[in-house]
Amino acid sequence: MSQEKLVEIKNLKQHFQTGRHSVVKAVDGLNFDIYKGETFGLVGESGCGKSTTGRTIIRLYDATDGEVIFNGEDVHGKKDRSQLKKFNREMQMIFQDPYASLNPRMKVEDIIAEGMDIHGLAENDKARKEKVHELLETVGLNKEHANRYPHEFSGGQRQRIGVARALAVDPSFIIADEPISALDVSIQAQVVNLLKKLQQEKGLTYLFIAHDLSMVKYISDRIGVMYFGKMVELAPADDLYNHPIHPYTQSLLSAIPLPDPDYERSRERFTYDPNNHDTSEEPEFREVRPGHFVLCTTKEFEHYKKEHGTVNQ
Amino acid sequence: MEKLLEVKDLHVSFDTYGGEVKAVRGVNFDLKRGETLAIVGESGSGKSVTTKALMQLIPMPPGRIKEGEILFEGRDIAKMNEKQMQKIRGKEMSMIFQDPMTSLNPTMKVGNQIMEGLIKHQKMNKAQARKRVVELLDLVGIPDPEGRMKQYPHQFSGGMRQRVVVAIALACNPKLLIADEPTTALDVTIQAQILELMKDIQKKTDSATIFITHDLGVVANVADRVAVMYAGKIVEVGTVDDIFYNPKHPYTWGLLGSMPSLDSEDEELYAIPGSPPDLLDPPKGDAFAARNEYAMKIDLEEEPPMFKVSDTHYAATWLLHENAPNIEPPETVKKRMKGMANSSSSSSEGERV
Repeated sequence: MSQEKLVEIKNLKQHFQTGRHSVVKAVDGLNFDIYKGETFGLVGESGCGKSTTGRTIIRLYDATDGEVIFNGEDVHGKKDRSQLKKFNREMQMIFQDPYASLNPRMKVEDIIAEGMDIHGLAENDKARKEKVHELLETVGLNKEHANRYPHEFSGGQRQRIGVARALAVDPSFIIADEPISALDVSIQAQVVNLLKKLQQEKGLTYLFIAHDLSMVKYISDRIGVMYFGKMVELAPADDLYNHPIHPYTQSLLSAIPLPDPDYERSRERFTYDPNNHDTSEEPEFREVRPGHFVLCTTKEFEHYKKEHGTVNQ
Repeated sequence: MEKLLEVKDLHVSFDTYGGEVKAVRGVNFDLKRGETLAIVGESGSGKSVTTKALMQLIPMPPGRIKEGEILFEGRDIAKMNEKQMQKIRGKEMSMIFQDPMTSLNPTMKVGNQIMEGLIKHQKMNKAQARKRVVELLDLVGIPDPEGRMKQYPHQFSGGMRQRVVVAIALACNPKLLIADEPTTALDVTIQAQILELMKDIQKKTDSATIFITHDLGVVANVADRVAVMYAGKIVEVGTVDDIFYNPKHPYTWGLLGSMPSLDSEDEELYAIPGSPPDLLDPPKGDAFAARNEYAMKIDLEEEPPMFKVSDTHYAATWLLHENAPNIEPPETVKKRMKGMANSSSSSSEGERV
């Protein structure tokens, strides 16, 4: 994996006005980079702002503050149509619910080719058809499926159509917002294997948003943990699971039930109490171990460093 | 332990325009007092229909219990009428539904919803019922029960709402609790709390639980015994250790292999190819044969009977037949079986029952 930055997120904020005097700070000052060719996992409980982050990065929402720099250019700010088109082609999204995200009145062929039509990627009808057939085969469906409607497919197949649609404009970066949560276990594995295969073949970069931590660990290179609109910990996937530092991450990991009865009998759950933090100053994002960042105050930083700072496996 | 519930050869079908959908096709299991049975399987495998049949919550028509007996403390529920059923439902057996957002009445105060069953079944007056509601809310871990019982469901968070649903289900001290994916809609930390709560209450009340889920982690956490369902049938049943450490049915292998373990390396997940069969017209022979890479000729012709692996462990696959080749489960599944290497039941043959 290269260390070249594809996406840089700088102090990203997304606040929603919910009443005259109440503001929901869904995302509040996020900073992280996504490297070319990696899978960045974003986890957290519902309402922590992980989906909002994904949607703000792709500009489904206009950010309240901060920058999203993609390939050296800011995604937000004033843009004319042609500039926006350029981003839209490079960045695509796979949505959570394969039932709601496909237009029931459109044929699969038109759903997949819609992006190509907008960007003028197909020279003629024949080329368009061929490209759609090729995409269907890439995602494990066959070309006879092109003339059907979404309701004729199962959940797993629909999610494959969603993947094919995202791939149609040859993007380099895909945001997958809980792409497997709505699927059955056996089908989840099919879709995850497909995403991994595509990444290897096409050198894609993923932002993988999910709450199923074992799947995130499996697919991601690095993982960020979000809590109430802030990122509390960011680390390589293995390091995060083996050496969680922030107490919230520890509690989150201790809550996952694993398919192993012996482990389950001995698992002890750890509850997170946000009041136990040092409140003498605003916490900042600091590097406790190489590549392993934690949101903490100076005092906590010293403490974490003493406890977890040395790399011993 | 004595048997609380016995289900014998249960068949449930739905009559649709397309024909008869055979949702449950001959299910047998039993449940002892204080025991937790987990039923796992994909959507459409018949796990929810089975448990709804136990409560007689299947809309009839189009549904009907075609055949079979459901013996609850010796009485056959399948033959009861609605009036008899109303005396049992909510009192002796009750259900926790998947979605706490839709299973509560949004126009009724939470306290009144819990009181309904108490007044109806326990013949309590309002004051007594109110006292019991406070106890129940306390039991399920809702702080400030007196204040909270006067609130409406929308004033509760998802986890708190599911606690209310649990309180309603427990109100009349049921002997059997059916939980249909009670934590699927919740976050992991909230899920952990609800599971702990349910286990805790079960210990206190000695009720039996049927737990439907497709999350094998949850199964490992709560279950004493596990039944794996596929296409309307139980294909493997055993203690939780039998199923996780010595699985015999290729479908169980597939389910276990498709979940990454936290220490799994970068190998590909074992995915079950294809999708479940159409129950309008169930295939001849073993319903799983089309997705089974170990399928043999006989799988396409004849349905496998249940083979006995041990006293607690049964599986319906021809692989356990004495003439079947000795087939090893896939690597990813074998890794999970590490703990059971020296168990006596590692032979690949079973006794036909």
